[in-house]
Amino acid sequence: MLSIKNLHAKIDDKEILKGINLEIKAGEVHAIMGPNGSGKSTLSAVLAGREEYEVTEGTVNFLEKDLLDMNPEDRAREGVFLAFQYPIEIPGVSNINFLKTAINETRAYHGKETITAKDFLALVKEKSALVELDAKLASRSVNEGFSGGEKKRNEIFQMAMLEPKLSILDETDSGLDIDALRIVAKGVNTLKSSENATIVITHYQRLLDYIVPDFVHVLYNGRIVKTGGKELALELEEKGYDWIKEEINN
Amino acid sequence: MIKELTKKDILLENLNQLDFSSEPHFAKDLRAEAKNALDQLEFPTSKTENWKYTRIGKIINKTYSIQSKISTSQLSISNYLIPELDANIAVLLNGFYREDLSSIEKQEGLKISSLKNAIAQENGFIKNHLGGIAKAESEIFIALNTMSFTDGVYIDLDKNIVGKKPVHIINIITDNNIVANTRTIVKAHDNSAVKIIESFVNLQGEESFTNSVSEFFLNPNSQVEYNKIQNKEGESYQVSTEQVYQRKDSNFTINTITLDGTLVRNNLNIEVNAEGCETNLNGIYLGKNKNHIDNHTVVNHLKPNCNSNEVYKGILDDNSVGVFNGKVFVRPDAQKTNAFQQNNNILLTDDAVINSKPELEIYADDVKCSHGSTTGQLDDEAIFYLQARGISKRSAVNLMISAFIKDALSSISIEPLKNYIDSKIDERFGS
Ligand SMILES: Nc1ncnc2c1ncn2[C@@H]1O[C@H](COP(=O)(O)OP(=O)(O)OP(=O)(O)O)[C@@H](O)[C@H]1O
Ligand SMILES: [Mg+2]
Repeated sequence: MLSIKNLHAKIDDKEILKGINLEIKAGEVHAIMGPNGSGKSTLSAVLAGREEYEVTEGTVNFLEKDLLDMNPEDRAREGVFLAFQYPIEIPGVSNINFLKTAINETRAYHGKETITAKDFLALVKEKSALVELDAKLASRSVNEGFSGGEKKRNEIFQMAMLEPKLSILDETDSGLDIDALRIVAKGVNTLKSSENATIVITHYQRLLDYIVPDFVHVLYNGRIVKTGGKELALELEEKGYDWIKEEINN
Repeated sequence: MIKELTKKDILLENLNQLDFSSEPHFAKDLRAEAKNALDQLEFPTSKTENWKYTRIGKIINKTYSIQSKISTSQLSISNYLIPELDANIAVLLNGFYREDLSSIEKQEGLKISSLKNAIAQENGFIKNHLGGIAKAESEIFIALNTMSFTDGVYIDLDKNIVGKKPVHIINIITDNNIVANTRTIVKAHDNSAVKIIESFVNLQGEESFTNSVSEFFLNPNSQVEYNKIQNKEGESYQVSTEQVYQRKDSNFTINTITLDGTLVRNNLNIEVNAEGCETNLNGIYLGKNKNHIDNHTVVNHLKPNCNSNEVYKGILDDNSVGVFNGKVFVRPDAQKTNAFQQNNNILLTDDAVINSKPELEIYADDVKCSHGSTTGQLDDEAIFYLQARGISKRSAVNLMISAFIKDALSSISIEPLKNYIDSKIDERFGS
């Protein structure tokens, strides 16, 4: 589904991604862990198409298409979804209205007709129930005045509404209480299928108890320096990153 | 001695072609006084405090022709109607009220008519009040208008009359290079209410200049909503003056929507001269190309226990220039005044400019007043967020702009008008 080869990216002449290689197949869950500042959010921003980052080398193929060649909205319409680490507040833009626009523009992109008001409302009802997002929050301005946890839940609500093929969850667990964590994980797991894939960026093993990864990667200093199964996450939780840093430096 | 003709002389000579000889004495006197006032007044220059940021050279360096008589030219007004709006339609074409193009439903106690006719009939209210608050000696454009307005709309509500339908004045220019002076006068008697829309539009009408003056007289406990829509395409110039006088417990709302215009100057002056009044003055302005849009507002709180709310929002694209100058005076007697004023702007390019000056002068001590002004760009991160959900950049910008200006449109109570403005914004910024 997703094939990243030797991806390099920089911002303001500072190289942040220094040759990322990653293969993701449909049905898989990949966890990416790694110390602060190692480039995890940068990788997700580059995949989502944030223009500030300049890709200097490498390729990214998504469902046989050149992802890097597409503008951000087309990436989303093709099925890439990024749950932001820091979801932004957009005062005055209603959560529901913008999702309706997003769904309809995506449908138009695929040559489908617009969603009826009735179907849309039913979808909102179903998906907000799934992530237990208060209907009032769903209809407010995007993230405006939401608590940290509510913002994260709203990301998963949007993911549920848009039904992406590849979801990238950038520290969706941080700032969530235990119950919210379970709810978010339940949402992700319900949406999981053999047709789609998930990248979970996290610092904590805890989330991976709920969303069980097939692979765990360690991103360090702009590269994936170690890949293992779910037990790698446990090992990292126990030992931290020093032993990996040492492995690399030797 | 040969006197060199000034710009004013040329314009005056032009306007002197207009024949008002058949008007009754009171009107002739009014026009003569205005002409005398004009002798004393000069066109503003960069040194004129109230016009510091607005050069009017574009307006006065031209030679205009005028339509001196009402024409019978046929014109379809369907393009200028507001979809889904059931309204009384009053059409002003090149400065003249066109009965044949207007459609007014009779309502007991409500008069909507040509101002010229009302003058000819020596209507008592007009005789006593025309020019009563828009005073020729105070401003050159008011003087010009008073001296030479060809026609306009007179709206009069009796006691306790509520206008069943909104009144939609369509003020159209159809010729190039003409000058039109139009005048609106509204009298709302005790406990009456009316909603008015005046749209300024053109069909061709390139390089034409509209100078409009409106006077609003609000009796106790009356309610007037006036929505002014400026949507003249191409090269066009407009100076508008609204003069408002509010009496006890009256409610005046004005929404000034400037969608286009090469040079637009809006002068709004509101005298709140009694207790218990409510005043809403809101506006949006969307500048593009080299548009220059200037809003000058004055709210003068003279008596206690009144509220005024002012929100103006500007979106300036390309090389356009916006000017906002909002003055709120709270006079010594005006205790317990709540006055709120806000002006926010978004510059879409590095070349767009805004000069914003909110001013508050308070001479009473027990009041709640605030004012503020902001200027910024659209938030790139927010646009990216929306794009990352599958929304095109253009739609994302449109969503952000609609969100930004929304609260400046909140006091428009006519739903079809709201939708119409939304559609204009979509046309401009959406996909
Ligand atoms: N806009 C930017 N300008 C300058 N430097 C940046 C910018 N964005 C990211 N960086 C730098 O790139 C590096 C990687 O940042 P990134 O946000 O990708 O890290 P991360 O792995 O997601 O960290 P965390 O675990 O703290 O979320 C950091 O050193 C950061 O300071
Ligand atoms: Mg991060």
